Amino acid sequence: MSYATVLKCRKCGQEYPIQPVNLCDSCLSPLEVTYDYEVMAKNVNRKSIARGPYSMWRYRDLLPITGEPIDIGSGFTPLVKATNLGRELGMDELYIKNDCVNPTYSFKDRPVSAAVTKAREFGFEAIACASTGNLAASVAGHAAKANMKAYVFIPSDTEKGKLVGAAIYDPVLVVVEGHYDDVNRLCTTLSQRYNWGFININLRPYYAEGSKTLSYEVAEQLGWRSPDCVLHPAGSGLSFTRIWKGLGEFASLGLIEPVNTRMYLAQATGCSPIVDAFNAGVTHINPVVPNTIAKSIALGNPADGYDALKIVRETGGAACAASDEELIEGMKLLAQTEGIFTEATGGVVIASLKKLAASGMIKKDDLTVAFITGAGPRTQETVSDVVQPYTVLPTVESFEKVLGAQL
Amino acid sequence: MVKKQVMFTFPEELIKEPIIYNLVNQFKVVPSIRRADVTEHKGWVVLELEGDEQDIEQGLAWVTSRGVRIDPVVGDIVDG
Repeated sequence: MSYATVLKCRKCGQEYPIQPVNLCDSCLSPLEVTYDYEVMAKNVNRKSIARGPYSMWRYRDLLPITGEPIDIGSGFTPLVKATNLGRELGMDELYIKNDCVNPTYSFKDRPVSAAVTKAREFGFEAIACASTGNLAASVAGHAAKANMKAYVFIPSDTEKGKLVGAAIYDPVLVVVEGHYDDVNRLCTTLSQRYNWGFININLRPYYAEGSKTLSYEVAEQLGWRSPDCVLHPAGSGLSFTRIWKGLGEFASLGLIEPVNTRMYLAQATGCSPIVDAFNAGVTHINPVVPNTIAKSIALGNPADGYDALKIVRETGGAACAASDEELIEGMKLLAQTEGIFTEATGGVVIASLKKLAASGMIKKDDLTVAFITGAGPRTQETVSDVVQPYTVLPTVESFEKVLGAQL
Repeated sequence: MVKKQVMFTFPEELIKEPIIYNLVNQFKVVPSIRRADVTEHKGWVVLELEGDEQDIEQGLAWVTSRGVRIDPVVGDIVDG
């Protein structure tokens, strides 16, 4: 069963039934799923959660789902104590939530699993999304599992290599002649014309809820507690807001102590509208034109930027940006200290973590969780300069001569 | 008739120009302003436009040509 009650406008509070809509009719602000926490608290406890599967669906009671989940095995990813990286950055209690190891190699499998499950409940026969990478792969993969048709829209300037991760699942792949804004415009129009479950449009409230499982897992894996500090990347800001919501829900259900976590947000310098607003001390997020290699978070007009920024400020956190050069160094540092190969977005997180630790904003003994949300191999060209092998003849003499000091 | 929800972001030099008034007068679209914040340096307006699809598209193209940034109110659809 589901404890979801209504969709509620985050700005004006107007309520709507659980249906495939994402905007308030009155003020055109985002809608959010709300629950009957009183009833939920009577039925959800640490034991009931522990009885669930080792996947995101162990938290099913906290999601707005009534039907059978479309589950490709997402979630319950490792939370590793990063002793080597922590030593490098001067942090004693650093953990990495490694969400690279989801079935389609990014955290998107969590929200997409929730959204596709809900799409089937609503009776949609097809789902759709616009993406240049991780989301496309996840939607196509889940559609395959659900036996649903998937339409995936891609800007024509997307590198062909990035499309394989989605194309392998055989969606209807549509390359749109034009740029990012043209795809935005087309998809908004198509979502009104066709009866599809559009991930980032009419399914967005449900898609959002899947991301809460990231913070549920972290709290459970830490022995039922909230971290002192969370560092999470932000594109639209949606998952950042849900990390916070998830921690708050766990506390209100009595599963953890009241939350006193400081929330830190990371963006790439080439697309940092939320960081810019934080630094300027304003509440409105001014859209920007993205220009960064961290494509997974290159959203110039972040739909949930306002709420993400509010959380950063209210929790005493900060918003931090890293340049393309810094993020590449961050990718290498994570790989070479903890053995985790992340995409460029993870590099943004590590580079930002380095700055926050050096500045003293995150202290040495703060229990800090840095979220790594996508795997590196899909965008490995960003760090191709690391390939500098030794070339030897097939003889011991040659090997020893060439490697010399390395031996 | 169709409805389209958009956000206009005005640069400082256009704050005092009656862009929405001219849009309505020139392109047969009906605006319904839902949220807005305008200061002397910057301004944004979230509004719903109703009219023939062609009129709305032509009107939005004119607004863009004046230097106003237009975004869908749902934010960016294209995700990474």
